[in-house]
Amino acid sequence: MSKRGAAASLTVRGVSKRFGSFSALNDISLDIARGEFLTLLGPSGSGKTTLLLILAGFEAPTEGRLLSDDRDITELPAETRSYGMVFQGYALFPHMSVESNIAFPLQVRHTAPAEIKRRVGEMIERVGLRGHEKKLPAKLSGGQQQRVALARALVFEPGVLLLDEPFSALDKNLREQMQAEVKRLHQETGTTFVFVTHDQSEALALSTRVAIFDHGRLQQIGRPDEVYERPENRFVAEFLGEINLLPLQDLRVESGVASGMFEDRRLTVPAEAANGAGAILAIRPEHLGIAANTPAPQSGNAIRAALDDVVYQGGITRLKLRTAGGAPITLSLASGQAASLLQSGGPFWIHWPTDQGRLLPAPKS
Amino acid sequence: MSRRAAFRAGLVLLVPLLLFVLLAYGIPFFGVVEWSVTEPTFGFTQYVRLTQDPLVLSVFVRTFRICAVVTVCAVVGAYAIAYLWVRGTPLQRNIAEFCILVPFWISVLTRAFGWLALLSSRGLINTWLQSIGFVSEPLTLVRNEFGVIVGMTHFLLPYAVFPIASAMRNLDDRVLMAARGLGARRSRVFWTVFVPMTASGVLGAALIVFVFALGFFVTPAILGGGRSVMIAELVYLRMFQSIDWGLGAAMSVALLLIVGLLAALMFRFLKPAGLVR
Ligand SMILES: Nc1ncnc2c1ncn2[C@@H]1O[C@H](COP(=O)(O)OP(=O)(O)OP(=O)(O)O)[C@@H](O)[C@H]1O
Ligand SMILES: [Mg+2]
Repeated sequence: MSKRGAAASLTVRGVSKRFGSFSALNDISLDIARGEFLTLLGPSGSGKTTLLLILAGFEAPTEGRLLSDDRDITELPAETRSYGMVFQGYALFPHMSVESNIAFPLQVRHTAPAEIKRRVGEMIERVGLRGHEKKLPAKLSGGQQQRVALARALVFEPGVLLLDEPFSALDKNLREQMQAEVKRLHQETGTTFVFVTHDQSEALALSTRVAIFDHGRLQQIGRPDEVYERPENRFVAEFLGEINLLPLQDLRVESGVASGMFEDRRLTVPAEAANGAGAILAIRPEHLGIAANTPAPQSGNAIRAALDDVVYQGGITRLKLRTAGGAPITLSLASGQAASLLQSGGPFWIHWPTDQGRLLPAPKS
Repeated sequence: MSRRAAFRAGLVLLVPLLLFVLLAYGIPFFGVVEWSVTEPTFGFTQYVRLTQDPLVLSVFVRTFRICAVVTVCAVVGAYAIAYLWVRGTPLQRNIAEFCILVPFWISVLTRAFGWLALLSSRGLINTWLQSIGFVSEPLTLVRNEFGVIVGMTHFLLPYAVFPIASAMRNLDDRVLMAARGLGARRSRVFWTVFVPMTASGVLGAALIVFVFALGFFVTPAILGGGRSVMIAELVYLRMFQSIDWGLGAAMSVALLLIVGLLAALMFRFLKPAGLVR
């Protein structure tokens, strides 16, 4: 329950949720700042919806507390918290017109009819539904239904807006258009947005911060560039787009640089995340350089690999290579560059500067 | 298989059903229509009698009155039971299911006599009411319209549960959650979202109960005790006691036309509202 127009902050403290013996959420703690756009990202079944329903008040946590603006709201029912929510599948009222759907939260609050009319009109304008006011939801396209759901959730100016995979049913173009619209609505309203998706590019594009979940555990939370460039574990690294993982042996740390043997070459990485005995060097495909047949570059890292496959993707081309030991390497290149390089046929030197690599703890076995 | 071939195959499969409907309903129905315009002489005299005979008219009026009351009672009761059945706790669900299914195992006759035993002047209810001193004279609970309404409501209520429960099952939980999340209290969610979204089931149930009730014979005959005659009983009396075949047949045809008209009207008005498919 927040004042009109005032964005609220949320704090999740040690929240767990069990269904019978199944643990859907495990000791989650995170802070959501006022006006933030936080995305909950994770594969199917990782507990994103469950956390969102707990934030909204539809599910009670088995353990842990929830605070909003430093007030404990754990026991507060959903209708009193009254955060705006856009459900997976929209959950519009099928028997009410677009207008009545959007007016519903205001009517519930006994807003004066003239004020309702004004604010519903404003909202319809804002989400571009002019001319569709009298239609039933079933008569609208997916994108239009989505807009009604957004308008209905924002019209009463809630302190927090919760969105559960709002674009999963839309095609790619419409999806991008709606993403831009949601981003704009976030900027215009200044409301705190908590957004659920399993689409990593969507998460990176929209959010101020991303929280990555797997198996009911919070894996990492941070700005999009932080989680992408500096993943803390293998799950996060692999979930946020393609990455090359090179297992290192015989790890040494000297003056801030860690090094280890990969096949017959010693590779170097910044030592900040060098914890544990074994380790994996992670490097994104776009950070790799490639050179044909020349001697190994002197600075940074280099490994030798043979070409397996070329995937042309328009602006960029992806090269799939294989090292002598059989480890797969993927790298992406501007297509123009790739064409001239591929004349030579290989083998190639793959190289990258030390500070682009990232050392991940070896998976627990 | 092309669309057209599939359509043709569908037709072939439908033929036995159509034949059955024709043999079991079509031919007898035309027989009844024939009686109504030939017994005892050719013409529409029987239909004219229908609109003028005060007894027939009063029976029609009573039938509609009873059916309307029964429909309202059965649908309201069925709504409550369906709600428990679909949305109750596991225990409530089991109890509701039991209450819905058991009546189907007991014949209409047994149930009517059961009510007779309960409601008669020396039946259980009157004995109990007198023993606690609530009434001094037994109440007339049966052999009148009240008894007929009780018996018919009881019989028809389970039939009303199914369409209502099916509408409730089809309702997406998230829509109810959305309403609560937007700030509506539970009673508001119930009246502005739950009830309108299950209205199609309610109307379907009402149609079934009403149409079913119009042709009721056994229950009104036993619980009405001849004092609360409904159309079907009157048809029977005309045909088998007064041997007035023509009038009985005309009443049957009129009843059928009324039922057909009602169904058509319902569909006509419900379709634009999106309440029936
Ligand atoms: N009411 C419930 N009873 C039992 N198990 C549940 C319940 N709700 C969720 N779960 C389980 O909890 C886990 C997390 O579910 P949740 O819906 O939060 O996943 P999600 O991350 O939203 O996945 P998706 O991307 O598929 O929507 C799943 O394994 C699910 O089966
Ligand atoms: Mg989900």
